[in-house]
Amino acid sequence: MSETAPAIELKGISKSFGPVQANKDISIRVMPGTIHGIIGENGAGKSTLMSILYGFYKADAGEIFINGKKTEIPDSQSAIAAGIGMVFQHFKLVKVFTVLENVVLGAEDGEMLTPSLVKARDELTNLAQEYGLNVDPDALIEEIGVGMQQRVEILKALYRQADILILDEPTGVLTPAEADQLFRILARLKEEGKTIILITHKLREIMEITDTVSVMRRGEMTATVKTADTNPAELAELMVGRKVLLRVDKTPAKPRETVVEVRGLNVTDSAGVHRVKDVSFEIRGGEILGIAGVAGNGQSELLEVLGGYEKATGEILINGQAIDLTGAHSDGQSRRKRGIAHVPEDRQNEGLIMDFQAWENMAFGYHHDPNYQKNPLLMDNRKIRDETQAKMERFDVRPPNPDLMAKSFSGGNQQKIVLAREIERNPDLLLVGQPTRGVDIGAIEFIHQRIIELRDEGKAILLVSVELDEILGLSDRIAVMFDGRIMGERLPEETDEKELGLLMAGITDTKTDHSVAEVEAQLANAGGAPRKEV
Amino acid sequence: MNELPRWADVVLVPLINIALAFIVAGLVVLAIGQNPIDMVYFMVKGALGSTSSIGYTLYYTTNFIFTGLAFAVAMNAKLFNIGGEGQAAIGGLGAALVLLAIDWPHWTLALPAAIIGASVFGAGWAAIPAYLQAKRGSHIVITTIMFNFIGAAILGYLLNGLLKKPGQQVPESRSFSEGAHLPNFHEMLQPFGIAFNKSAPANISFFLAIGAAILVWLLIWRSRIGYEIRAFGNSPGATLYAGISSVRVTIIAMLISGALAGMMAINVVMGEQERLIKDFVEGAGFMGIAVSLMGRNHPFGIVLAAFLFGMLNQGGFELMWEMPEISREMVLVIQALIIIFTGALVNMTRDPIEKIFLRLHKKGAA
Repeated sequence: MSETAPAIELKGISKSFGPVQANKDISIRVMPGTIHGIIGENGAGKSTLMSILYGFYKADAGEIFINGKKTEIPDSQSAIAAGIGMVFQHFKLVKVFTVLENVVLGAEDGEMLTPSLVKARDELTNLAQEYGLNVDPDALIEEIGVGMQQRVEILKALYRQADILILDEPTGVLTPAEADQLFRILARLKEEGKTIILITHKLREIMEITDTVSVMRRGEMTATVKTADTNPAELAELMVGRKVLLRVDKTPAKPRETVVEVRGLNVTDSAGVHRVKDVSFEIRGGEILGIAGVAGNGQSELLEVLGGYEKATGEILINGQAIDLTGAHSDGQSRRKRGIAHVPEDRQNEGLIMDFQAWENMAFGYHHDPNYQKNPLLMDNRKIRDETQAKMERFDVRPPNPDLMAKSFSGGNQQKIVLAREIERNPDLLLVGQPTRGVDIGAIEFIHQRIIELRDEGKAILLVSVELDEILGLSDRIAVMFDGRIMGERLPEETDEKELGLLMAGITDTKTDHSVAEVEAQLANAGGAPRKEV
Repeated sequence: MNELPRWADVVLVPLINIALAFIVAGLVVLAIGQNPIDMVYFMVKGALGSTSSIGYTLYYTTNFIFTGLAFAVAMNAKLFNIGGEGQAAIGGLGAALVLLAIDWPHWTLALPAAIIGASVFGAGWAAIPAYLQAKRGSHIVITTIMFNFIGAAILGYLLNGLLKKPGQQVPESRSFSEGAHLPNFHEMLQPFGIAFNKSAPANISFFLAIGAAILVWLLIWRSRIGYEIRAFGNSPGATLYAGISSVRVTIIAMLISGALAGMMAINVVMGEQERLIKDFVEGAGFMGIAVSLMGRNHPFGIVLAAFLFGMLNQGGFELMWEMPEISREMVLVIQALIIIFTGALVNMTRDPIEKIFLRLHKKGAA
C-alpha cells in the first residue's frame, strides 16, 4: 500500500440477532484525521456496527483492520487498547463522583487511588490546553450541565489514549449553542490528527462537520460519499429509499376562538423544586403553539399539568371553563372528558404499555369508555380489537396487526399507534410531546401531516419539542421556555435558530452578539439538575 | 417468528423442567443407594394409584389452586404477596367464626356464609399491608411476611383461649355442627354409582376452586379492573398518564388476593377438619408462589401446576411409607428440586429451547 492506511477498515461485517439481520456485509474505510459521518434511520444498524467495533458484539462474519493491521476486538478492553474511544448517547458517568474520579474510573494504575488522581489531574490540564476542553476536575458530575458531561466523556476517551473517537448521536441532548461548541472541539481534535466517527440521524450536522458520509439502510451500507459532493435531499433519499419532504407543507393558520387559556401557572414538584414559574399563554382553535427549550426546563411539567397528573397553582381555562389543578378532583381520566388528548413525551414508559398488544394499548386511558364495555362486568375486547385494526390502517401502522405487542413495533409505528388513539378521539386540545423522537424520517413526514390536518380541523395544539427544526416547521407561534419561564414568544417566519437558541439559554437580549462561554455559564445556572434522563 | 411458539412455552418448557428435576432427584436417590425408578413409581402410584390417593391429591390440589390464584392476582399488579400463609390462617378464623356462631341446618346455606367469612377475613388481613404499600410506601414483601407471623400468633392465641374447646388441652375449636358438613367425593359420586374412598378428604371445595380459577381469568383478562391491574403491573409509570389510580389498583388487587388465600380455609377447615385447628395452612400459602410461577400467573396454568404439586405432596407421603430408607427430609429435597426447576429456573431451559426453535425455524424458512 503506497498511500496511508485507513484508520479503520471494516470488511464484510455481518451480524444477525435471531432472524433479524442487523448488519449485512458492511465494508467501510475511514481515513485518519477525518470526520466520518454515519447516517441512517433508527434500526438501520448504525449502533450495532459501532458496538461490533467497540467489542460489545461479535460479528458473525467480516474483518476489522485498525491502521492497516487486522485486529480482533472481542471486548471493550481490546477496543481501548486499539486506540478506540466511544462516547455513548447515554453517558456512562457516576453522578456522585467528580470529573477527575470519573476520568480515572476503570483506568486506575494501582490499588491506591491517589497516584492515579495526581497523574490524571496533570493529564487533564494538558488535554484542556491541547484541545480547548476546559472542565473543572473537582466538580461533581450531577452539578454540571449535559454539555460539560459530554466533554468529560470525550476526556475519558482521550485519557485512555484514544486516536479514534466514536460519538453516538452526540447532539441529542444539547442546545444549538452547545452543539456548535462540540463541533468546534471535534474540528480541533481532527486538526490534531484524531479520527472521528459521528453517528447521527440529523442531516444538518452531517453537512456541517463531516468530510465523508456513509448512509445505512436496513442493515446495509447504501452509499459512501464525500460530504462536499452531496446535499441533504439526496442523503434523505438514500436513507429512506424514496423521496422525502424535508419541509413541512402547511398553509397559514386560521385561528378561531380561544380553546386554552393558561394564567400564572406555577408548578413545584414533589422534591420541592420550582419547575414552572408564572407561565401564561393561550391557544386558539386551528393553531399550533410550539414550546421550544432544552429538555428539563419545565416543558414536561407543563404537559403533565394539562394532562392531569401534576399539581399546579394558577388558572387554566378550557373553552372558558376552569379545570381543577389541585389533583383532588382530576386525573388523566377527567382531562380526557374535557376534550384534552395527550401524546406524551415518553412514549415507551407513558404512552404505551410495551407488553400489551396493540389493541389493548388502543384502549389505554380510554378504557372507561362505555363503548368498550360489553356488559357492566366485562370489556368488549372484540370491539376494541376491530376498532384498533381500522385505526391502524388509517394511520398506516406497519404491520397493521392488532395482536402484536407494542414492543414489536418500530419507534415510528409505536408513535403512530399513540397518535391514532389520541387524534381519533377528536379532542379540542391535543398535547404533543416530542412527537418524532426516535422516529424514522419517513414516519416523521406522516406524523407532521396528521398534526397539521388536526389543526386545520380547528383544534388547538400544544407542541413541545427539543428539535428546533420541528418547532420552526410546525408551529404557528413559538414560545421558548427556560428555567420554568417563558422567555418570549416569536413567530416562526420572523425568527431563526440562532435567536431561539439564545432564548433557550435564557438570554433575552438577542440583538447583540454573545460568546459561547456566556451562553454556557447561563445554562449552568439554570434551576436544578435535569429531572429525568432524556 | 422471533419468539417461542406459545404451545412450547406453556407445555414443552415445563415438561422439560419436570424431567430435569426428576433426573437430578434420581441422582440424589442413587447417591443414597436406592433405585430412582422405584421412587418415581411409588410417588406416582401414591398420588394416583387408588381413589383414596386421588382423593388426597385433589384435596392438596384444591389448596394450591386457591393460594396460587391468590399470588397470581397480586402478581399481575407486580405486587409480591408472600402473605398467603397468614391470609389463609385468618381466612380460616373467619370461616370458623361463621360456622361456630350458628347451627347451620344445611351445607348449601353454610357454604356461602363460610365463603363470605373466609374471604372477608383473608381480604382484611391483606388490606393492611396493601394500605401501607399504597399510601405509606412500606414494601409489600416485608409487611406481608410480617403479617404471616402475626396471623399465626393470633390464631394460636385464640385457639388457646377464647375459641378452645372447653375441658381439653389441644389448641383447637369445637367441631362445627352436622349441617356444616361439606359433601366429599364419596358422597358426591355415590348417586352415580361410582365408588370413591369414604375417608379421602377431597370435597366439593375442589369445584369451588375451579370456579374461582375461571372467575380470576375473567377478572384479569376480561374486566376493566383486570385491565387496570395488568396495566399497573406492566408499567406503573404509565398509569398516571392514563388516569389509573395506583392506590386503588394496589388495594383492590391485594383484597382479591387475600380473599382467595382465605378461601383455601374452606377446603381445610370446613371440608376436612370441620373445626378450627392451629397451623392448618401447612405451607400451602408459600407453595402457592411456586404454583403460580410455574403456571405463569395464568389460571389455567395454575390449575395444572396445583395438580402437579398436589401429586408431589401426596406421592411424597406415600413414598416415605413404601421406601422407609427415603426419609421425610429426603422427600422434601425431591419436592424442593422440582420447585426449583419448575419455578425458579424456568428461564434456564427456556432460553436454550428458544434458540433451538429459532434455528430450526430459520432452516425451515431458508
